[in-house]
Amino acid sequence: MTWFLVHFAQIVFYCLAAVALAGAVGVIAFRSPVHAALSLLGTFLAVAGVFVLMQAEFLAAVQVLIYAGGIMVLFLFVIMLVKARDIPDEPQYVRRLVPAAVILGVLLAALVGVGLWAASSGPPADGAALRLVAGAPLGNTEAVGWSLYRDYLLPFEVVSIVLLVAMIGAIVMGRKETGRGGAA
Amino acid sequence: MISTTHVLVLSLALFTLGVVGMAVRRNFITVLMCVELILNAANLNFIAFSRQLGDLTGQVFAVFVITIAAAEAAIGLGIIVALVRLKQTVNLDQVNVMEG
Repeated sequence: MTWFLVHFAQIVFYCLAAVALAGAVGVIAFRSPVHAALSLLGTFLAVAGVFVLMQAEFLAAVQVLIYAGGIMVLFLFVIMLVKARDIPDEPQYVRRLVPAAVILGVLLAALVGVGLWAASSGPPADGAALRLVAGAPLGNTEAVGWSLYRDYLLPFEVVSIVLLVAMIGAIVMGRKETGRGGAA
Repeated sequence: MISTTHVLVLSLALFTLGVVGMAVRRNFITVLMCVELILNAANLNFIAFSRQLGDLTGQVFAVFVITIAAAEAAIGLGIIVALVRLKQTVNLDQVNVMEG
């Protein structure tokens, strides 16, 4: 029981990682886009859980709201809109590339192994630094807001322009073709 | 305590699955979902290093990455709607207008 309490964070992390990876595999493996989207939703929620474990509570909330709420609904809307469920069969896997894939996978695994073996990451810094607002310990959300609006105000404004452009682009591409002076 | 390496390995696995999905699937919508997977993996890296270094910059940049992901999803899905209107398919193998 004590062991369980001591390693509680690790156990939660492994469960969340398993859910996230299973969801990611589901995105690739499910043939129906609706199933893939729901599987992706599981990955998003599990990643939000990992964010909480990493002391990024504000980002966990943002992840749930934007990804699981906004982007997922957008995906499902478009899937329903284009009736993608009756798409023709697709070749599921690229069979001719299997040998190359195996070799590359082994090489990548070796590279990651060497990296993990050589890595010497010390213990993480004290999490209190992620809650400081001008020296006072307030909270993660306040700290992110403070940093966002003081140190990163210019990137913030630039990103708002990116969002505006994306909105205009989505509207332009989504509307019906009305040929200028020709029949639509 | 979860070590940063654990999170990086999880992020690596998510990224790899995203890349594999982009290479293997031919459904445009699924390929877009794989892009979201990759951006999520990048976010995990930002957050893990933010905790490791005790620096908020990683979290702020993760906010930016989420914003870009939202913009990318909106544009990509707009392209899908336009594509379906044009060719009645979301199969990437049948989209070869630019192939010259």
